[in-house]
Amino acid sequence: MVPIEFLLISFLVVTALVISRMNYLFAAAMLTGIFSLLSAGLFTLMDAVDVAFTEAAVGAGVSTILMLGTLSLTVREEREKPLRVLPFLIVLLTGGALFFGTLDMPAYGDPDAPIHHYLAPDYIEGAETEFGLPNIVTAILASYRGFDTLGETAVIFTAALGVMALLASSRGKRAKEEE
Amino acid sequence: MKIPAMRMREKLVVRVVSRFFIPFILLFGLYVQFHGDYGPGGGFQAGVIFAAAFFLYGLVYGLDDLQRVVPWRFVEVSLALGVLIYAGVGVASLLLGGNYLDYKVLDPHDAKHGLHLGILLVELGVGVTVSASMLAIFYAFAGRRAA
Repeated sequence: MVPIEFLLISFLVVTALVISRMNYLFAAAMLTGIFSLLSAGLFTLMDAVDVAFTEAAVGAGVSTILMLGTLSLTVREEREKPLRVLPFLIVLLTGGALFFGTLDMPAYGDPDAPIHHYLAPDYIEGAETEFGLPNIVTAILASYRGFDTLGETAVIFTAALGVMALLASSRGKRAKEEE
Repeated sequence: MKIPAMRMREKLVVRVVSRFFIPFILLFGLYVQFHGDYGPGGGFQAGVIFAAAFFLYGLVYGLDDLQRVVPWRFVEVSLALGVLIYAGVGVASLLLGGNYLDYKVLDPHDAKHGLHLGILLVELGVGVTVSASMLAIFYAFAGRRAA
């Protein structure tokens, strides 16, 4: 691994620890934005530019703003809570199990990994010969996996509808009364 | 979110700089949208960036000014419009004699061109829905008063 990836990962860990220990919610919300920006940097180093792009735009941008918007509706300080042992142990156990699971995974960038031998070669070749598109991700997202993306768009649509139904109903009524 | 927005409006530097940046953010959003086949990005990222420009406007100038620029009604309509564009491309390819979402039939003379056209339209649908839903969520959050 290149040193800069070590650096980014250690910054990620430090940011996560600080967020979990912080009582001042405004700073915690800003730190989640930094966390997303650091992960975007990591994704870029892994050549997953599209994912990095999404992480930077959604994680560091929009969700931080939404979190700040939520904070303006509530208090800025979290109440002091004593460290509870059982939840802490469960988190440690789950984290340990996940770490243990990664030991079985193929090494990062291993060309013999199973994922590189199923559909990926067809996609990589097809994006060049069939589509003539340099961005393979777009070819997969919009065409090979077109049905999935249609479903995802519908999910985003439904999510926005749900938020509107839950949060904006009173506002809609007020706007109509004003008219 | 009302009160900080009001205070922000009086800050000259914030106001001028954000007004300077917003057109560039919108332009960058359009670039990511229509250049997604060739570079990183696509409809989803473009939609978020496009919405972020309006977020910035709303944060600086207040929610009321933002809703004069992008009314609720417009957000609601484009929210559904994006999904309809996407699904409509599928229906169009059905009517042209192909399978659902089979972009090759969109251009009877050149299959590759049809593919490109289909991807462009579908990404446009994704972008429209994503930016509209981001704005809808922002409106829903920002429109609430502190209890």
